[in-house]
Amino acid sequence: MNRQRDSQDSKYRQANWNEPLLFEMSVSGKIAHRLPAVEDEVKRLAGSLDAMIPAGMRRKQSPNLPEMSELQVVRHFTRLSQMNFSVSSGIYPLGSCTMKYNPLINEQAALNPGLAWLHPYQDVSTCQGALELMWELEQWLAELSGMDAVTLQPPAGAAGEFAGVMIIRAYHKHVMDEGDQRKEMLIPDAAHGTNPASAAMAGFKIVVLPSSNEGLVDLDALKAASGPQTAGLMLTNPNTIGVFEKDIGEIAGIVHDSGGLLYYDGANLNAIMGISRPGDMGFDVMHMNLHKTFSTPHGGGGPGSGAVGVKEKLIELLPVPCIVKVKEGRFDLNYNLPRSIGKVHGFYGNFGVLVRAYTYICALGKEGLRRTSEIAVLNANYIAHHISQIRGFSLPYSPNTPRMHECVISAENLAEETGVTAMHVAKRLLDLGLHSPTMYFPLIVPEALMIEPTESESKEDLDLLIGAFKQISNEAYSNPDIVKSAPHSTALHDLDEYRAAHPKTLTLSWRMHQKRTAK
Amino acid sequence: MEFKHPYLPITKEIESEMLSSFGKRSLEDLFSNIPEDYRLKRDLNIPTSRTELEVAQRVQELASKNKPADTGRVFLGAGAGIHYIPSVVPALATRSEFLTSYTSYQPEISQGMLQTLFEYQSMMAELLGIDVVNSSMYDMATGLAEAVLMAARVNKKRSKFLVPDTINPVHWQVINTFAEPAGITIERVGHDQKSMLLDLADLKSKLDSQVAGVYVENPSYLGFIEPQVDEINRIVHDAGSLLVVGVDVLSLGILRPPGNYGADIIVGEGQYLGSAVSYGGPYLGVFGCRDRMKIIRQLPGRLVGMTRTSNEPYKRGFVLTLVPREQHIRREKATSNICSNQALVAVTAAVYTSTLGPEGFRHLGEIIAHRSHYAAKQLNKISGVTAPAFGASFWKEFVVRFEGDASAQLVHESLLKRDLHGGKILTEEYPEFGESMLLCVTELHGKTAIDQLVEVVRDVVTKGGGTR
Repeated sequence: MNRQRDSQDSKYRQANWNEPLLFEMSVSGKIAHRLPAVEDEVKRLAGSLDAMIPAGMRRKQSPNLPEMSELQVVRHFTRLSQMNFSVSSGIYPLGSCTMKYNPLINEQAALNPGLAWLHPYQDVSTCQGALELMWELEQWLAELSGMDAVTLQPPAGAAGEFAGVMIIRAYHKHVMDEGDQRKEMLIPDAAHGTNPASAAMAGFKIVVLPSSNEGLVDLDALKAASGPQTAGLMLTNPNTIGVFEKDIGEIAGIVHDSGGLLYYDGANLNAIMGISRPGDMGFDVMHMNLHKTFSTPHGGGGPGSGAVGVKEKLIELLPVPCIVKVKEGRFDLNYNLPRSIGKVHGFYGNFGVLVRAYTYICALGKEGLRRTSEIAVLNANYIAHHISQIRGFSLPYSPNTPRMHECVISAENLAEETGVTAMHVAKRLLDLGLHSPTMYFPLIVPEALMIEPTESESKEDLDLLIGAFKQISNEAYSNPDIVKSAPHSTALHDLDEYRAAHPKTLTLSWRMHQKRTAK
Repeated sequence: MEFKHPYLPITKEIESEMLSSFGKRSLEDLFSNIPEDYRLKRDLNIPTSRTELEVAQRVQELASKNKPADTGRVFLGAGAGIHYIPSVVPALATRSEFLTSYTSYQPEISQGMLQTLFEYQSMMAELLGIDVVNSSMYDMATGLAEAVLMAARVNKKRSKFLVPDTINPVHWQVINTFAEPAGITIERVGHDQKSMLLDLADLKSKLDSQVAGVYVENPSYLGFIEPQVDEINRIVHDAGSLLVVGVDVLSLGILRPPGNYGADIIVGEGQYLGSAVSYGGPYLGVFGCRDRMKIIRQLPGRLVGMTRTSNEPYKRGFVLTLVPREQHIRREKATSNICSNQALVAVTAAVYTSTLGPEGFRHLGEIIAHRSHYAAKQLNKISGVTAPAFGASFWKEFVVRFEGDASAQLVHESLLKRDLHGGKILTEEYPEFGESMLLCVTELHGKTAIDQLVEVVRDVVTKGGGTR
């Protein structure tokens, strides 16, 4: 197909290196690194490898790994990095993901050898600084969330959810002796996909709550679904359409009256720091995504950290070990929690991520955290208003209610009137040097484009994003093919996803590729 | 005075301008939906904002209270590995474009990350000797927990899982956290008292029609190499169970890859591949499986697939694939709840692995074998010390047992006084071993440090420490 070249080209071009795979560049005999030889005396006493390792357990064939020079390795990954859009490259308004600026001082801190080179089983006398950092971070997160204690062990948001719902399960089982009865977890239809997935892993039956016409929790539906079988409700507030659940007091009352607990999905915490606290709203347990709200970098998918906060009555159920302050300036690890849910990670969580969250909170302080939320909300409302004014776009559910940190724009009208869908809009944005919003989520909004600008974006950049939506709307109504056939200027387009997933062509490694082509 | 901060680009003046552009007068209007009762009417009890210089000073203050292990004087392993990191590794893996991107949902502008993760999957597959590797789990412990759940999904009607009783006790804890709500029972298979190797008679007796999978480790948590793998492979598969193997990926330059002895699922710790020990995280759960659709469909985590453009001229490209397994599509029916993973640690492992190459992996495997055996032989010369404590062969880690008066704790404390750090004390986990320690020796541990360690142990064991 001959692509229509675009007259309103943004002139944005990502690097397109046509970079081969490592395996295709490999030349036998090359090396990119040398290791020092073992001292003769060591070798002599140690003996031969044949004596150390049973013949049947020796590797017979060298692994087929690339053989390259050091510079070739450097060039390869430098080029690949240049073919990757990032927050450092441009606006990344991916809703629910909080793609804010990742301050560089945080990276420097995490690489400090005094933090990065600690072995997790070192004697606690040799890692007091690390324990102090974690203990202090726990205090700050507890204060921010209105919870009584925090564990930093879960290595991601979903892992935090799993730990959290396991705590709810343990509470009903061991504290209330109602484990056999409370098997249902209530989850709104607009919830993040991880909520039902985590609750299912903890053995709960999922009961989906329909949203009200305003896009909020439907109180009647909640009342009808709650009962002696209810373990809890998982909720994010502000919710996924970016609106604060104003009836949170009543919601908490209904769930608590039925004997259930309230779980707060902290994915949207960036909206309310220093303004409102989940603990004060009645939530009993929650996770915080340190890689969202506390600016630790997303790393192309991870690592994250899903710290979990709980109210007093749930502290004894937290994963082990807990960090304790023995006396001023003296910290230790406590493994003695007989009712603990156990361990959800091999060690104490993603410490390197915790260091970054720590320095971020240090840098912003109490006034900066509050101001962060204020600006995140201001930016989202600015976007919500100006984009919903553009022909073809609207702001469904409670259009006159302010948004919090994000907004969900619908391209339903645009799709009906021009055939240009949310997907097309998203792809066209790529042509303009912008990352697309989250698409088709939450499920309750047709042709959803979920935009979370974060506090990091300046007004100039927000105007750029709004301008891009205006341009795309104009194009959709005048020459929709430009948008429908987007992207045009990216390194690649129209990747065959069907072929990627088909059992006959599925290729998940170079080995699989070689086997397929040999056939 | 107006609060200004380098991370916040909206001044008060711009704020007013933006508010009035959509008919609002104050920020307060935007928070009108939050009921009064749930407003925080005080400042947060968190320290006040600090400048970058002050933050850097605070970090240094905390770091200086720690004693880092980059000195080559800390002989700890047990699931976290102290290894040399070539300078190209952090320099490339922390490039801002990798570091500050999200999951590659838009493949058109994310080919760099997708190709890198495909290369990670491919290189791990070569090392493990298996065809499929996902683009990361959190760490080896949670990777193993997911393998237990996965085995029970592949073998749908079976609800038991067998592990060797010499398993890492932390892995035991983590897999039980995950298995219990899924209704999976985990049972321990015994070991031979002298060699510590898996007791095959016990394995056979426990391997009934309810067992979904069996786990073995190579090298094991206690360091020994399990050579009965071909027989285990036959026994496990004859019973219709899956074989799950835990492996030290760094050993695979010289040790036989698990794909070679019938592993259906392989898990390993990828921190060893270019990431610092970092007080226990972020680590990398290496997770692979056989190329059989029945198994692949039950895989947790993200997968990058190689494909091409839909139209001619075809160009090669990479996309996330088999996504309907995942939580954002399948919700409570997903294979796992995992969303954020350890992608950047996988990138790090990819750079490390391509930097070492086949020659580097082989050489590193040999260096570690030589150094650890040297340490064991020197320790074993001391009367009252047995190293390794068991008969089986080992590679990087081994158990050392102290007889007589010297407790492992005393050895540990004496080493600390000499600015050395011994291995993990096993006395509580394995009381049957007596006073013992799990020592780990790598390429970072020079002859001098090993000799000093041996000296201190000799001192403590033969003279009662003198430092007591």
